Amino acid sequence: MSKVFSTEKWRGALLGFVILIITWYMVSLVVKLPIIPSPWVVFIHVVQIFRAKIAIHVFFSLARIMEGIAIALLIGVPVGFLMGYFEKVDKVLSPVLYFSYPVPKIALLPIIMVLFGLGEASKLIMIVLIIIFQIIITSRDAVKDIPEETFRSLQSLGASKLQTFTEIILPASLSEILTATRLALGTAISILFFTETFGTEYGMGYFIMDSWMRVNYLDMYAGIIVLSFIGFFLFITIDIAERKICSWR
Amino acid sequence: MISIRDLSVSYHRKNEDALAIDQLSIDIDAGDIYTFIGPSGCGKSTLLYVLSGILKDYTGSVSIDGRPIDPKAQRIGLILQNYGLLPWKTVCENAVLGIKIKNDRQSLGDYGAYIFKQLGIEGLLDRYPKELSGGQQQRVAIARAFILKPDLLLMDEPFSALDAITREEMQELFFDIWKQHRVTTIFITHSVDEALYLGNKIAILSSAPGRVLEVLENPCFQMDNLRSRDEYYAMSKKLRQIVSKG
Repeated sequence: MSKVFSTEKWRGALLGFVILIITWYMVSLVVKLPIIPSPWVVFIHVVQIFRAKIAIHVFFSLARIMEGIAIALLIGVPVGFLMGYFEKVDKVLSPVLYFSYPVPKIALLPIIMVLFGLGEASKLIMIVLIIIFQIIITSRDAVKDIPEETFRSLQSLGASKLQTFTEIILPASLSEILTATRLALGTAISILFFTETFGTEYGMGYFIMDSWMRVNYLDMYAGIIVLSFIGFFLFITIDIAERKICSWR
Repeated sequence: MISIRDLSVSYHRKNEDALAIDQLSIDIDAGDIYTFIGPSGCGKSTLLYVLSGILKDYTGSVSIDGRPIDPKAQRIGLILQNYGLLPWKTVCENAVLGIKIKNDRQSLGDYGAYIFKQLGIEGLLDRYPKELSGGQQQRVAIARAFILKPDLLLMDEPFSALDAITREEMQELFFDIWKQHRVTTIFITHSVDEALYLGNKIAILSSAPGRVLEVLENPCFQMDNLRSRDEYYAMSKKLRQIVSKG
């Protein structure tokens, strides 16, 4: 088992950041417009305004991301498992799933806003609606991919359905579900940004768009940087969880 | 005693039904090792799946001590060619899986440690299957089967994926443990040598669809230096003749 963060990995991450920041710096030198400030100014600005202006927005956005992902997992994983395990359920639900997956959910936003208002509920529903499909399909395929032989020992022991579930189905598919969660996380953050531009005065999406409209580019960039870090730390958290839970791989 | 009467199993392929086992009948006495030998594709594995309760779609009757096969009620130890270990469980968790499923952990006591020691895996208990060699994985599978204290032990070519030296080691090791417990065992093999070494009865199956051609007492059972004896050569020749005729 490799350590979660070897020095090598840290070095790689650091190098990536350095290249990104240098590129940004050079662009800002060439363009010389207030719309692309130098990274140093932005970083200093983040430190200056984080506690007073950004922290509350981070809190709201984080809560929405986590709730959205949690709800999508709580609904999507059981549905996917049922589809993967019972051929009949799959036959009925798969066409429905394939039919509704490509529907642009953003186009449903006006309807959801009419039905659920402008508040938290419609924001969460948007996130869940968009990410749940990946989670259902991944969970279903993870169960289907378990080789038939894996079940044989348990069958010969007379295991119950529940035992088959806890001993085989759940552990065998956890790693794939975590991968789906990672993908869902990226998507959730982008949808979040969109949904936070209406009906709220809290959240990173609101903060960034508000700064932009006030032509406060330093605030706007500070918001973008913080949003990126939120994603970065959430991704790392999932990586750590995966290495802990799936150490048998 | 296990009693199999007129057992027929067919597989449904695209347009036709292929018969895997055709009216197979045999009685298996308690406390014996029966080695089943036959050409590949003769339904040997299918027979084990019926006996272990995995395959339920058959005609004829199969009973253990007069009762029909029911993996929930009976303790059936199954050892497969690919070991059948769960990759996300450690050696120890895999080995006690049987009694965990049977909700019978308290009966483990020192017996588990004793079996681990006999099989030489007491130092590997925290490892995962992928960190073990094939021989070590098969030891874990054997440990799981014996810890279960099964009424019936079913082995499907358990040593065929191992190299020749490890295979002979495992045969000896298995036989030593078996002698102390005398579990009724059905051991499927395609090796005449293995059939002679391990079976006190040898059942020879025909090529597909499988039927029992003959059941022989094995005079070589438990002989010392088996592989250098005349009886071994005589039996080996006889077996090969019956197998090739079938």
